[in-house]
Amino acid sequence: MTPVSGTKQFNLPDVGEGLTEAEIVKWHVQVGDQVEVNQTIVEIETAKAIVELPCPFEGVVTELLVTEGQTVDVGVPIITVDVAGEGGAPAPAAPAVREEAVPAPDEPGIVSSEPKRQPVLVGYGVKEGATKRRPRKGSNGAQAPSAVPAAVTGTAAPAVPAPAVPAPARPQPVDNGLPLAKPPVRKMAKDLGVDLASITGTGPKGSITRDDVLAAGSAPAPVAAGAREERVTVKGVRKATAAAVSGSAFTAPHVTEFLQVDVTRTMDAVRRLRELPDFADVKVSPLLLVARALLTAVARNPMVNAAWADGPSGAEIVVKRYVNLGIAAATERGLIVPKIKDAQDLTLPGLARALNELTAKARAGKASPADLSDGTITITNVGVFGVDAGTPIITPGEAAILAFGQIRDLPWVHEGELAIRKVTTLSLSFDHRIIDGELGSLVLRDVGAMLEDPLRMLAWG
Amino acid sequence: MTIDSVRGAPDTPGLAEPELVQLLTPEGERVEHPDYPLDLSAEEVRDLYRDLVTVRRIDLEAVALTRQGELGLWASLLGQEAAQIGSGRALGEHDMVFPTYREHAVAWCRGVEPVRLLGMFRGVNHGGWDPAEHKFHLYTIVIGSQTLHATGYAMGVQRDGVLGTPSAGATIAYFGDGATSQGDVNEAFVFSSVFNAPIVFFCQNNQWAISEPLEKQSRIPLYKRAQGYGFPGVRVDGNDVFACLAVTRKALENARTGQGPTLIEAFTYRMGAHTTTDDPTRYRLKAEEEAWKLKDPIERVKAYLVRGDLADQAFFDEVEAGAKQMAKELRAECLALPDPGPMSIFEHVYAERHPLMTEEQEQFAAYLASFEGEVSP
Repeated sequence: MTPVSGTKQFNLPDVGEGLTEAEIVKWHVQVGDQVEVNQTIVEIETAKAIVELPCPFEGVVTELLVTEGQTVDVGVPIITVDVAGEGGAPAPAAPAVREEAVPAPDEPGIVSSEPKRQPVLVGYGVKEGATKRRPRKGSNGAQAPSAVPAAVTGTAAPAVPAPAVPAPARPQPVDNGLPLAKPPVRKMAKDLGVDLASITGTGPKGSITRDDVLAAGSAPAPVAAGAREERVTVKGVRKATAAAVSGSAFTAPHVTEFLQVDVTRTMDAVRRLRELPDFADVKVSPLLLVARALLTAVARNPMVNAAWADGPSGAEIVVKRYVNLGIAAATERGLIVPKIKDAQDLTLPGLARALNELTAKARAGKASPADLSDGTITITNVGVFGVDAGTPIITPGEAAILAFGQIRDLPWVHEGELAIRKVTTLSLSFDHRIIDGELGSLVLRDVGAMLEDPLRMLAWG
Repeated sequence: MTIDSVRGAPDTPGLAEPELVQLLTPEGERVEHPDYPLDLSAEEVRDLYRDLVTVRRIDLEAVALTRQGELGLWASLLGQEAAQIGSGRALGEHDMVFPTYREHAVAWCRGVEPVRLLGMFRGVNHGGWDPAEHKFHLYTIVIGSQTLHATGYAMGVQRDGVLGTPSAGATIAYFGDGATSQGDVNEAFVFSSVFNAPIVFFCQNNQWAISEPLEKQSRIPLYKRAQGYGFPGVRVDGNDVFACLAVTRKALENARTGQGPTLIEAFTYRMGAHTTTDDPTRYRLKAEEEAWKLKDPIERVKAYLVRGDLADQAFFDEVEAGAKQMAKELRAECLALPDPGPMSIFEHVYAERHPLMTEEQEQFAAYLASFEGEVSP
C-alpha cells in the first residue's frame, strides 16, 4: 500500500473529534487533474456534518482510492497525488521528512497499512492488536511484571505502584470450548445468524473479528447458487424515515378513517383553473385543491393542526395558528416531506407555485433542512402510485396526515341515478391523544365535501 | 419565509437597535463620533489592513490543516478580525490579555507566532507560549472562567499601586455572548465593579453561542448589563476596526488611570462554524450569513483605502502575497512541530519543584529506561 516514490496519499482524516468513519459524497477532482494545496477535492459526510476536504498536496491526481457512496474508516487512504517533478512545489519539507522516516504508529498523515483502528474519543484511534511496545531490558517478553517497582525504588514496599506495568504476555485464551469474540462481535454474529463455532478467527489470539463474521455471514449459502436475499444497508433518508415512522407509530396512537368522494366537480375546477391567466405559469393538479381544502378544514377545526408536547407541568397540546403544510414526495433518495411554510396565508396561485417549487426542489435533492422541518400537518398523495387508500403514519410532531388516493372512473349514484363519476378515496390518520373520532370525522367530511363541491371552499374559506 | 428577523441587522426598520459606535461604515466611509475621535495616518490604516488580511489567511490555513487531519480542532475567527485587531492594536506594553480560545488575532497583535497557537490544537502541548513574555495568557477553553482570572490579575495590578503612573497596565478579558450567561462572568463583573478594578471586559457578541442564538442569552442588549453592575458599557461595531481601536483605547486608558472597569460589546458575527466540528447550516439561515457578508470587516477598510487614494493595487497584491507566504510557512511549521517527550508532563504542572514530584519523575524516568532502545525524554 505504500505509495510509490513521488506520490503521496491522503488518508481520511477525523474531521470531528473522534469520528471513526465518513461517507464519500462527491469527488471534486478526477484522475489526471492538477491540484493545489487546500483545493477542495472531496465532500464527505460524517455523523456530524457534510464537510469539504482540502488537499494537503500540490500535484497531479493519479488515483481515487474510494468511490462515491462508500463509507470509509478514518485513516484509510482516499487519494493518491503525484507530487514528483514539482520542483518548487509547496508540499512542505516537513511532511517529506515524515514520509521518509519510519512511520510511527500514531502518526497521522502517514499511510497506515492493514491494521484496523479502534475508535477512541479523540484522534485516529488505536490500531487493533498492534500495540507497539518496546521489549523490556533483560526480558524475553515472558517475565513476571512484579520486578519493576522494586528495581525502580530500591525499597521493599514502594508507596507508589509503578504505573502501567501490564503483564508482557497477556493471559492465553482459556480453552473452554467457547470461541473468542468481543461482545459486539457476538451480537453481530447473532443478528446475522452466524454460528461463531463455525468460524476460524483471524484476530489477536485467534479471536473472531467483525470482518470474520461479515465474511461468514456473506458467504454464499450452500443451498442456492444465486443470491436469494439481498442486504441493503439502511442509511441516509431510509434510516431517517425508518426512525421517524417507527417513532411516530409507537408513540402516537393512530386512528385512520376513510371516505370515498365523488370529485368530478373538482376535476372540472382543475381544468378551468388551468385556463386562467393567473395559473399560466404553474402546474395545477387535483393535489392543489386537496391542499386548499385541507387548509380550509384546518381553519374550521384548528385542533387538527396541533402537536403533543411535554410541557413543564405535564403533557400539553400545542395548537398551531399557522399551517406548515407537508407534502410527502417520493424521490430518488427516498421519502422526503418538504413543508410549505405559512400555507394558510397563500393565495391559490401562490399555493400552486409553492407546491411546484418545493416538490421540484425535494426531487432534485436540494431541499434545505429548513424546508424539511417544522411541519404542522401533512398530505401524502398515494394516488400517484395507483392505489386507492392507505393508513398513513403521522409525521412526528404533528397530529394528522391526509392520504389522497387515485382518481378513478367508477359507477356512482349521482342525483338519484347511476352514473360514471370520478371517485377518489381519502384517508385521514390522526393522533387519538389529541383528536377524537368526532373531530377526525368532521375534518375528513369537510375535506370530502369541499372536493365534492369546490364552491364550498369559497363558502368556508 | 421572510428575512426580516435577520439577527442584528441594525438598519431593520421596526427593530429598536441601540446605538452602535461606528467610525467606518460598511461602505468604507469615515464617520465621526463625538466621544471617540480617532486620527490615523495612511500608514497606520494600511498596517491595520495588513493585520486583518494576514490573520484571516492564518485562520483559513488552520481550518484547512484541521480538515487534513493535522489539527484536532480549530475555532475559526472568520468575521471577527476587526474586533480582535482593533482591540489588540489598542493594547499597550504593560497591558495584560486573558483570551478565550478564539483570540488568534489578538495573539498576533501580542507578537505570539502563529505556529505557537497550533500546538494545543495539534495535541503536542498545552499552550505553546510564555504568557508573561507576551502579556497574553494561555487560551482558556472553559467558557468565561478567564474573566475571573483577569479580574484577580487586575486587582493585583491595582494593589501594586501603579495605576495612574506610566508603568500602569490595564487588564483585558475576552469572552463571547454565550459566556455572559455564565456565573463566572457575572462574578467577575461584581468584583471588578465593587473593587474598581482596572479591567476592560471585551465581549465579542458574534450572535451565536454554538447553536444558541443571542435572544436565548439576554432580553436586553449585552452592553446594558454593565449598568446593573455599576460601570459603563458601550456597544461598538465589531466589524469596524477603527471603532474597536478607538473604543478599546479609551476603556484601557480609563482602567490605567484608576477609573475602573468598562464593558465593551463588539457587535459582530461568526461567519464560520463554532469550531471545525460544528455545522451551522443545521441551525441558522443562509440569509443571515449573506446579510452579514455585506458588513465584512476587511472590505470596508479596503474601500476606505481605495476611496481616499491611500493605497494602490501593488499594495493590495503585496499584502495578499505576504499572507499567502505566511500561510505556507505556517503549514510547514505546523507539520514540523515535535511530538512531546514523555517526561514533559512534569514540566509545567507546578510553578516550583517539590519532593513528591521529583520522586515521581525519577520513578517514571527509571521505568522508561527499563525498556530497550532509545526514547527521547
